[in-house]
Order: sequence, then structure tokens, then C-alpha cells
Amino acid sequence: MPFRQRVAATSYVFPSLAALMAKASPPRAGDRLAGVAAVSAEENVAAKLALADVALKDIVAEPLIPYEDDEVTRLILDNHDARAFRAIESLTVGELRERLLAHDTTAEQLAAMAPAITPEIAAAVSKLMRNQDLILAARKCQVVAAFRDTIGLPGTMAVRLQPNHPTDDPAGIMASIADGLMYGAGDAVIGINPASDQPARVADLLKLLDDLITRYAIPTQSCVLCHVTTTLDLINKGVPVDLVFQSIGGTEATNTSLGVTLGMLREAHDAARALGRGTIGRNVMYFETGQGSALSANAHHGLDQQTCEARAYAVARAFDPLLVNTVVGFIGPEYLYDGKEILRAALEDHFCGKLMGLPMGVDVCYTNHAEADQDDMDVILTALAAAGVTYIMGVPGADDVMLGYQSTSFHDALYLREAFGLKRAPEFEAWLGRMGITDSGGRLLPAQAGHRLIADAAAEAGRRAS
Amino acid sequence: MSGSPRDPWASMGARTPARIALGRTGVSLPTHEVLSFALAHAQARDAVHARVDWAALAQRLQALGLATIEAGSEARDRAVYLRRPDLGRRFAGASRESIEAAAEKASCDLAIVIGDGLSATAVAAHAPALVEALLPHVARLGLKLGPVVLAEGARVALGDEAGALLGARLVAVLIGERPGLSAADSLSVYLTYEPRPGRTDAERNCISNVRPGGLAPSAAAATLAWLIEAACALRATGVRLKDMRDADALDADDAGADAQNKLR
Repeated sequence: MPFRQRVAATSYVFPSLAALMAKASPPRAGDRLAGVAAVSAEENVAAKLALADVALKDIVAEPLIPYEDDEVTRLILDNHDARAFRAIESLTVGELRERLLAHDTTAEQLAAMAPAITPEIAAAVSKLMRNQDLILAARKCQVVAAFRDTIGLPGTMAVRLQPNHPTDDPAGIMASIADGLMYGAGDAVIGINPASDQPARVADLLKLLDDLITRYAIPTQSCVLCHVTTTLDLINKGVPVDLVFQSIGGTEATNTSLGVTLGMLREAHDAARALGRGTIGRNVMYFETGQGSALSANAHHGLDQQTCEARAYAVARAFDPLLVNTVVGFIGPEYLYDGKEILRAALEDHFCGKLMGLPMGVDVCYTNHAEADQDDMDVILTALAAAGVTYIMGVPGADDVMLGYQSTSFHDALYLREAFGLKRAPEFEAWLGRMGITDSGGRLLPAQAGHRLIADAAAEAGRRAS
Repeated sequence: MSGSPRDPWASMGARTPARIALGRTGVSLPTHEVLSFALAHAQARDAVHARVDWAALAQRLQALGLATIEAGSEARDRAVYLRRPDLGRRFAGASRESIEAAAEKASCDLAIVIGDGLSATAVAAHAPALVEALLPHVARLGLKLGPVVLAEGARVALGDEAGALLGARLVAVLIGERPGLSAADSLSVYLTYEPRPGRTDAERNCISNVRPGGLAPSAAAATLAWLIEAACALRATGVRLKDMRDADALDADDAGADAQNKLR
């Protein structure tokens, strides 16, 4: 169905909803690369004007990728909550924006609305929202998940401790973990990106994390971020797996390029749940996403990259995850060129995830060939904290020495706690107090040379070296 | 400059290149650490935006007895190069003609393409040494070498067109990797059997992390020679060839594999 918009003497025609949404997207490199972006600033706003008048029920009625061709489309439509949708189906996209921002739309109402929000609806409304709208609306959404601690409570922000090492050296990884814990990080997960996907080495790392968490009774969970099939095999071999990780995309073809199907995710989810390792909650999945992954796999079906990204959240929410984060600046400047584009994408991804009911975190990051630096990351972090981000990454000194990109540091998380008064997951915060790492207000105590975490990690390193 | 001490567990830093035990003032980094990070980032940025001194590189290769062709992709400048990977995979018209002119003389077994990629620093520092270390292997294997194509604005797949134009059985692309904070001068080598436009990354083999503290140029040349020999026997490069290699050799390659793999 074509969409038309008149601006002064010019009549703009958008041949399909996919084209309209792409042309309405705030400018970014990946959409220009794909040839789907608006060709002028006026066309961009004309598309927004037209999109604002589209009824939500028409968006649901026009799948962007045919039902028969794509299992993500089938998931979106089969899981769509028609009853919840009745409350909003008569709204236009522009009216939905106003509904989200209205004072009398409460957190409870947003939670009830989430199953009615398809990714295409979330993406469409985000395209009409300014950055401050994305912040205010996301801030209202409350999404709580739990495994050994509780993620996403109001007034809290968690941190994934990311202790990567270029050769997976256990002592090197332990050094970064000890550093992170002493800086009060790790309540979201202690999650390692392994340099090698070899199952035996992944298993060693999982045992290392399990020993650590058990020994100190840390109210957190572990994850080694390898392919879902590797994790499933390790579960079947009795290796201690807390969370199942997988990178996912918003089209079946993207997921094929990642070697993953919905069936695999279901099987791994059920296997991890059956282990019953969560003490206070049963959310066992950890997903990563990122704008541009569909285009880079030539699997975008002519959609803009932000709409593809929102569709990935439909995959995520089918599995009640503990953690979902976009790796927003990782893919490079061909997709998000500079700090401005990365900021916009971070706020969109966080908003869309929250609106769809996900415990949404963000890996605030950039590569050295993007037009971005630490000042851009500070602005993005600050904006996300204002938006109520569920968690961020904690990498020693913000420099990931295995993946070769810059993420956020333990210090960055403390900056947000200081500036916004944000607490950690309550169980983890209490543990830090018991360990003598933080004071009663959650601030770090002066660093102690003889702290047992450090003494033990050093002794462990010595044992492994000998 | 900075009065804030590092944390008392700084000695654990011997176990990892990660930036641990940095210390703090309040919740913030000591001044020295802020500036040390800024310096590393500045060096990486400079590596991305630096230009290769192609004339100097050509001279060094000609001194080894090699013919060279200076060429460029359709990505005219750095800003275009970074935004348009597709243009970095095609030669500009004039460059295509000069490669075609060189190819008229004869076909070859192995074409070498040296591309700037994302680190001119890496190319200048390690490409000549790698080529020099490869020459004895080329002689041993009895390979006929084509002219070395020096390509500005190059993506890996630009080698497919060069190899096809030169009638090469194999193309080896030496190219600067995307720079990290700790290493801005890392070089990669991609080997493709029967190169032609449209080859995918799954049809190539990669040797990465050629730099001081990583893989030495001589070791990279030996691995490349091994891959060339195996590719000729298998009549293919890529996933199938990789499967034949032992686990240790795979590890050496994987350690520096394309960082896109975080989304794997």
C-alpha cells in the first residue's frame, strides 16, 4: 500500500510501509549504505509526517517480511496479544507517541501494553520521537528479571563484569574479575567473551566462574558467551551453566548467518531452566543484538536497520531473558558513523526494548575507525542513565583487550551511581557491604591491599603459574 | 602530574594486558590514566587516517626485484572509504586499466596485493618484511609471482578483482587491520584461491595479528606458504582448508580474528 505526503508543492510517495519507515528514520550510515534512506532532509520529515498518521492496526496488518518467508515474522504475529492490542489498535503512530508520554499513562499500563507492541510498532513510534522522548518514555517502563539477584528494580542499574583476555588465560581473567568486584561491578553477570569457542576451554572458564561464585556466595550469575549449540552441549555434559548466551538478529536470514534458529534457542532455554540453578528467579537467557547486523549479513529484506533491530527484540522476549543488550557502536562507521548516530541508536534500542518488555541494557561502545571518542561515550552513558538503562558493561579501563573496542569501565558505572544516585541489584549491593568493599551508602571504601578477594586471586594465579 | 596512586593489586596486572588497578580519585580516573587512554586512542585514530607512502613502499619492493603497480579503489578519500565498503572493493577505472596492461604480458600463480585497509602504520611497518620473508618460499614452491599491486582505499575483496585481472591462481592480500588501543599496527593476510569478484569471506583463509608482540613476519610468511601449498592441493581456500589444519595453528589465527565476531 503506497503512502503519500504533500509538503508545499512537492508530493512524496512511499511505495510500502517498509519504505516509509526507512525514509522516516533519523539519518544513519547503514541506511544510506543500503540505499533505503531518505534522499533529502525534507523527504525524511515528509516520511515522518506520513508515518504519524498510520494506524497501528495497519502496521500489524502489513508484515514487512512475509509470514511464509520468515520465522521471526511468524513469531511476531503468532505471539501478538490481540486482547491487549484492542486498547491501542485505533491509535495512529503519532497518537501512540503522545499516549506514551502522557502523565496518566503509568508504568503498569505500559507493562500491560507490552505484549500488544510489535517490533514494527515500537520502531515506527521511535522514529517520531526526539531523544528526550525516548528517554522519558523508556524511563517509565519497568522491567524486572531475576536469577541469583534482581535486575531492573527502579532506582538501580546493574553492570556486566566483562573480564576478557586475548588468550583466555585463567589467571588474567581472574585478575580482571577481582578488579571489577573491588570496584563494585558484576551484578548483571560475570560474562566472558572467549577468544576460542573450543568446548573444552569454554567448560574450563565456566567451572572457574562457578567456583568463584560458589566460594564467595556472590549473588550473581556467570556466562561464557559462545554459540548456543556449544552451551547446549556443555549443559548436557554436566558443565555448570547459569545463562545461555546468543547473538540474535531480527530476520530469519540474519539468524541463519549466525547459525541459530528459534528451535535451538527453545531447546537451550528449556535445558538451562531444567538445571534450576537460579536461586530467586528463572530468567536464564542472555541475548546480544546490534543495528546493522542484518545488513552486514545481506539479510535485511530492504528494511531499515533500526526496524530490523527491533524485530530482534521479538526474538528475545519469546524466551524471558535475564539480560538483553544492544552492542551499539561495535559494528563500525559503515552502519553508525559518529557519536551522534551512536547516541541516537542507543536511545532507540533501549526504548524499543523496554517498550516491548525487555530488561534492556546497552554496551555503550565504539571502534577506532568511528568518529567517536570518550566524550561521546560520556554523553551516551549519561543519557541512558536518565532513561533508566537496566545495565551497562564494565570492562577494566574501558579497553577490551580481546575484542579490540572501547566499551565502558567500572569507573564509568561509578560515575553514573554518583551522578544519578543509582543503586546496584539489592542482593549484590548487600554482598559488597558484607565483603567490606562498600560502605552503608554503597560507595567504595578505600582500596585495601590485603582484601581476601585479592589475596585469593593472587594465590590462585601463583598456583596456576607453577 | 598525578597524585592518585594505583590500586594495591597492581601487581596482578602482570597476568593481563587489561587496564586493571588504575586507581581513582573519588569515582574518577587519576589524571595520568585519563591521558594515557587518550594517547592510545589518538595513536589508533592516526593509524586509521594516515596515508601509506606508496612511493617508498614501491622502492622497497623493487629493491627485492619485484615489479609494482600503484592503484586505487573507487573510494576516493578516507571519509568515503569508511562509509562505503562497496567502493573499496572495486578498482577505479584508471587503476583497472593499468593492472590489465600489466596482465597482458602473462598470467601468474600468485598475485600479491598490499592494501592500506584501516592501518597505514601496519602496512608500512610489516608488509615489506612479510613479502621479503615469503620470497624464498615462492622460489621453493616454484611459483610464478605477478606484479605486486599497491592499492589505496582497499577492502579485502579488492584482491579478488586484482587476482582476476592478473590471471592469478591465488591472491594474497596484505592489509592493515582495524586498530585497537593496545596495537595500532596489526597486519592481516587473506589468501583466496581462484580469485574473482563475488568470492565470499568463507572462501578465504586469514592470518591475522602480524605485528611485534603478535605473529612475526617470518612466521606469517611460513604459514602463508603452507596455506598456498595446501590450497593448490585442495584447489580451494576457505572453511574446508581451515578444517585440515591442526588445532594449534587454528588458535594462532583465531586469537586476532575479525572483531565482528562479538556478534557471532
